[in-house]
Amino acid sequence: MRGMVEVRFHGRGGQGVVTASRLLAEAALLEGKKVQSFPAFGAEREGAPIRAFTRLSDTLIRVRSQIYTPDVVVVLDPTVIRAENVTEGLKDNGWLIVNTAREPGELKKELGTKAKVATVNATSIALELLGAPRVNTPILGTLVKSTQLVTLDSVISVVNSTFKGKVAEANVKAVERAYREAKIEEV
Amino acid sequence: MKTWEEVPFAGYILEPGNAESYRTGDWRSRQKPVINQEKCTFCLLCWIYCPDGAITRRESKVEIDYYHCKGCGICAYECPSGAIRMKSEAEEA
Amino acid sequence: MMARKVLALNGDEAAAYAVKQCKPDVIAAYPITPQTIIVERLSDFVADGELDAEFISAESEHSALSACIGASAMGARTYTATASQGLALMYEMLFVASSFRLPIVMSVANRALNSPLNIWNDMSDTMGARDCGWIQIYNENAQEVYDFTIQSFRIAEDHRVLLPVMVCHDGFVVSHSTEGVETLSDSEVDSFLPPRTPVYPLDVENPVTIGCVGVPEYYPEIKYQQEVATKKSIQTIKEIINEFNESFGRNYDIIEKYQMDGAEVALLTIGSASGTAKDAVDEMRAEGKPVGLLKLRLFRPLPVEDLRKALSGLKAVGVIDRHISFGSMGGALNMEVRAALYEMRERPHVMGFPAGLGGRDIRVEHFIKITEELLRIAERDVLEEDYRVVGCRGPGCIGP
Ligand code: SF4
Ligand code: SF4
Repeated sequence: MRGMVEVRFHGRGGQGVVTASRLLAEAALLEGKKVQSFPAFGAEREGAPIRAFTRLSDTLIRVRSQIYTPDVVVVLDPTVIRAENVTEGLKDNGWLIVNTAREPGELKKELGTKAKVATVNATSIALELLGAPRVNTPILGTLVKSTQLVTLDSVISVVNSTFKGKVAEANVKAVERAYREAKIEEV
Repeated sequence: MKTWEEVPFAGYILEPGNAESYRTGDWRSRQKPVINQEKCTFCLLCWIYCPDGAITRRESKVEIDYYHCKGCGICAYECPSGAIRMKSEAEEA
Repeated sequence: MMARKVLALNGDEAAAYAVKQCKPDVIAAYPITPQTIIVERLSDFVADGELDAEFISAESEHSALSACIGASAMGARTYTATASQGLALMYEMLFVASSFRLPIVMSVANRALNSPLNIWNDMSDTMGARDCGWIQIYNENAQEVYDFTIQSFRIAEDHRVLLPVMVCHDGFVVSHSTEGVETLSDSEVDSFLPPRTPVYPLDVENPVTIGCVGVPEYYPEIKYQQEVATKKSIQTIKEIINEFNESFGRNYDIIEKYQMDGAEVALLTIGSASGTAKDAVDEMRAEGKPVGLLKLRLFRPLPVEDLRKALSGLKAVGVIDRHISFGSMGGALNMEVRAALYEMRERPHVMGFPAGLGGRDIRVEHFIKITEELLRIAERDVLEEDYRVVGCRGPGCIGP
């Protein structure tokens, strides 16, 4: 693994998949890590399944291919699971983080993955706190709670520097709530 | 002739107005304009139209600069007073 | 050394940020994917008053470069950016800019050319413009994009050079990938890059004529003068890179060597594929295979002597092009490396591997296969093919 963690994000065009990938990278950058964040360079269309990638490492990241054997898979839209094989290449000792109201154990069984699973109802959190189903910030709360790739504080400061005023406040609240409400598979 | 080290930078022309030293009048082979000063009203249309700047104004008179006139005949065509006649070079020679 | 800010920037943002710090007087551009972010950021900087430049939104790339030519001839520090079809549309003006010896800097976010319509990365655009008289610098990542955008202005405007520079990065792979970029302070950039001092600016007080006819009695002299200046610029470019390294603690060269000690075969790469290839070299080295890598940064002028030196003693070299020069020997880099080595008594076998066409992902596994092929060539001491396309399904190719 060369001391590098690879994260693959799945979602649909317009859900902020690329932003989620970039926010994670920026949070790690704050912690002095080397980072890389990039979309799967498709022609972006509203609603089409899209992917984005984040690499985090303590040493310089040189590889620039897409991510085929991720350590972590983050699914922003549960309906994407029907359209794409989200667990493809996911490492057995990795993590699958899904925005869904369902239980981690149920999903794990359904997808037949050996990776640990965490879920959160990010859509309801986003609708309540952000007034729109923008799940890219809350899902990061669940991601850091389960994987501890970066600290919650780093995510919050990146959210604060990306958004302004009330929007930033609401997004921070969403991250914190998704952190608290994360359902993490017992190991 | 100049070597690549001697030609000016990137072929720029660094000496302003040196087109004057280029005797385009040598290209005139068939006909040349001649002004009938009596008919000329000094309207200066020929001076404006000459593509080679070969018509010069001197006080209230226009004159042809035969060192640069190529003999195109535009001045004669444009002159509203019929004051310019194109004369065959052969007539002259 | 003062603390420097590490910013999260993608390749396009890194270019725009560097350009802002270089304080161009005139920017003329037309947006095209994947260069768009550069133009958007720069127009924001100008609109927000962070950059005091004349920003010309041209109606086409041809017009954008034409405007740059006029501005640069006036003595302005001038910048533009393009990609793909945009560069193709600029084509005739590219020659004018270099022949006028105007130090225009242009970012190119490398993208394939139609058809089929493709917005993704390869180097068909700039490789097709390799004979236009521009200096061409290729970058691996956002940090290099930042650092070499700044250096490009110094190189272009140096009175020993006075040539336009294309500073290239792979579309999407670099242009849209966010990385940590260590930026210099404005004062550091100012000290490295003083304001431009034009040599023969258009000036009514001291008129000059630019772009007159060059008859056969003079054309060769003027062109050979340009050729000599272009060849000589290699030395100046090296000096400027060294100064940048020493000033800011970087470690750049026109040809970067990686794991070359004891290497018997090597990959010769250009642009972002270099990073992925280095990981492959590490994997091969871990298995005890004598594999190294050379990354070419400067493609125009081609550092022929340096290439000969760097490649001598090797048994086989695999040249990774990111385009095809149709109907010849793969990519331009492969052909030129072979030509450069031809007169050497002891020369390696050289095989071309055009890869990553039209945005096809280049993976570590591809480079493993290539180096294995190179080791076979070295062992048997025969080369059977001039080139083989990588990342393509079907017979005769290394896929998928
Ligand atoms: S003939 Fe032509 S070139 Fe000569 S003066 Fe008349 S307009 Fe000018
Ligand atoms: S156009 Fe005819 S009338 Fe007018 S200035 Fe010339 S010669 Fe005289």
